Amino acid sequence: MSILVFAEHDNSTLKADTLKTVAAAQAIGGDIHLLVAGSNCQAVAQEAAKTNGVSKVLVADNAAYEYQLAENISLLVTELAGDYDHILATALTTGKNFMPRVAALLDVAQISDIIAVESADTFVRPIYAGNAIATVQSLDSKKVITVRPTGFDAVAADGSAEIVSLDTVTDAGISAHVSDQLSESERPELGAADVVISGGRGMQNGDNFKLLEGIADKLGAAIGASRAAVDAGFVPNDMQVGQTGKIVAPDLYIAVGISGAIQHLAGMKDSKIIVAINKDAEAPIFQVADYGIVGDLFDVLPELEAKL
Amino acid sequence: MKVLVPIKRVIDYNVKVRVKADHSNVDLANVKMAINPFCEIAVEEAVRLKEAGIATEVITVSIGDKSCQEQLRTALALGADRAIQIETDENLDALNIAKLLQKIVEQEQPQLVILGKQSIDSDNNQTGQMLAALTGMPQGTFASEVKVEGDKVNVTREVDSGLQTVALNLPAIVTTDLRLNEPRYAKLPNIMKAKRKPLVVMPAADFGIDLRPRSTLLKVTPPAERQAGIIVDSVDTLIEKLKNEAKVIS
Repeated sequence: MSILVFAEHDNSTLKADTLKTVAAAQAIGGDIHLLVAGSNCQAVAQEAAKTNGVSKVLVADNAAYEYQLAENISLLVTELAGDYDHILATALTTGKNFMPRVAALLDVAQISDIIAVESADTFVRPIYAGNAIATVQSLDSKKVITVRPTGFDAVAADGSAEIVSLDTVTDAGISAHVSDQLSESERPELGAADVVISGGRGMQNGDNFKLLEGIADKLGAAIGASRAAVDAGFVPNDMQVGQTGKIVAPDLYIAVGISGAIQHLAGMKDSKIIVAINKDAEAPIFQVADYGIVGDLFDVLPELEAKL
Repeated sequence: MKVLVPIKRVIDYNVKVRVKADHSNVDLANVKMAINPFCEIAVEEAVRLKEAGIATEVITVSIGDKSCQEQLRTALALGADRAIQIETDENLDALNIAKLLQKIVEQEQPQLVILGKQSIDSDNNQTGQMLAALTGMPQGTFASEVKVEGDKVNVTREVDSGLQTVALNLPAIVTTDLRLNEPRYAKLPNIMKAKRKPLVVMPAADFGIDLRPRSTLLKVTPPAERQAGIIVDSVDTLIEKLKNEAKVIS
């Protein structure tokens, strides 16, 4: 069997979650190729070639792929699909965007967000915001799959795959990139951090998120937020942890002023250790927390920062 | 221009689902159902486009048994002009849903199709993108802003690294994220009026599409339960536990 894995990157570095998607490909078993599609992305290709278990890195380096527009990427992947039994992408916003297009163009279903591989055609995935776990067998000859990175442990980066340049250019010409508003942060990415500290509605405003920063700096943590905090305009959307935001599973997750709605729990309940700080002792977050402090976050946070 | 809004009937988002004892699926017997929250945002966006004089007609469509007429009526009460029910008792894959919707797109020729980015039951996040592929349309998924300008639509998308704006040629597909708008509540006179708005029923079998299932649901199990831990009485105790018991900080 042969498997094509779409590499997540920003044209300069490979996203670490790609190594987890390759782990899912290894669980399926077969000859694994990575596709790096971007513009001026040779550095990514070099990095991708080190991915353990990958025999070949296909590089499509063209301006048409710079922003990884779904219309163009899906045509490229569909064109390559003939050689593969499985096509995998990480279930992040890029993969979620273009992969169903690939599936439809190939006239096959997509299995979204898998967290485990049972066999080459049977996969495990959460449904109903993770309140139920489905085991699904694909009946299609070709499997199009997105992989939830928290379900798999990253493969090592000590391999040496062959790099092959592709000269096919697929430009659908029906969409264009206009602008980006990207959040700049020195902190680790939410999906990759070992420690995450998140604030909810209890933070009261965006300024108070500064209270989390000192603690995040001391712990090397990423800062997240609940949907309530994002909806209220305290912080930008890319900080949202939950069913429809980012799914994280760090070693330590600290939930501050977050009540613990089902939709938030769906995004963090696989964390190894959960700490909850909330003044409401009845908040549902305490039902999933390993350690809880019932108290005013405006007292607890400065003390925690000072004592760490 | 016409705007088409496909919607889905799902479990109400406040209801905690339970897995059936035989692990065949979740138990939806006597559970409160509602319009999928992302679909509601899609209806609202279409209605706002009509109120702004950009859309001329808002058509809503749902695929399912007779019970989904309830959600179509809700969409009509929110401001959609007419509704189509594609009738089937089967629980169809997203690919088959997209194929049926493709037929409606061919028939109605909308300039814009607005869908929810995912349904809160299957959490697939596929239908809009698949419909875009089948119709050859560009797509603006996970939208937090939609601006129609001439023969293009600019869509601002919520992506992992922040926000991205794309320009799409019309006709186009948009899928909604949470912050696109805040849906209105249907007013009683509009609920009454909605009962008289046209709702056409079309059997799925009449579309001549191969709707065979593409996957088999082998089992559904409850997730591993997390045990509630302990409440600690001080920050000092918390730090001590994290260091020495959980060993997650040093």
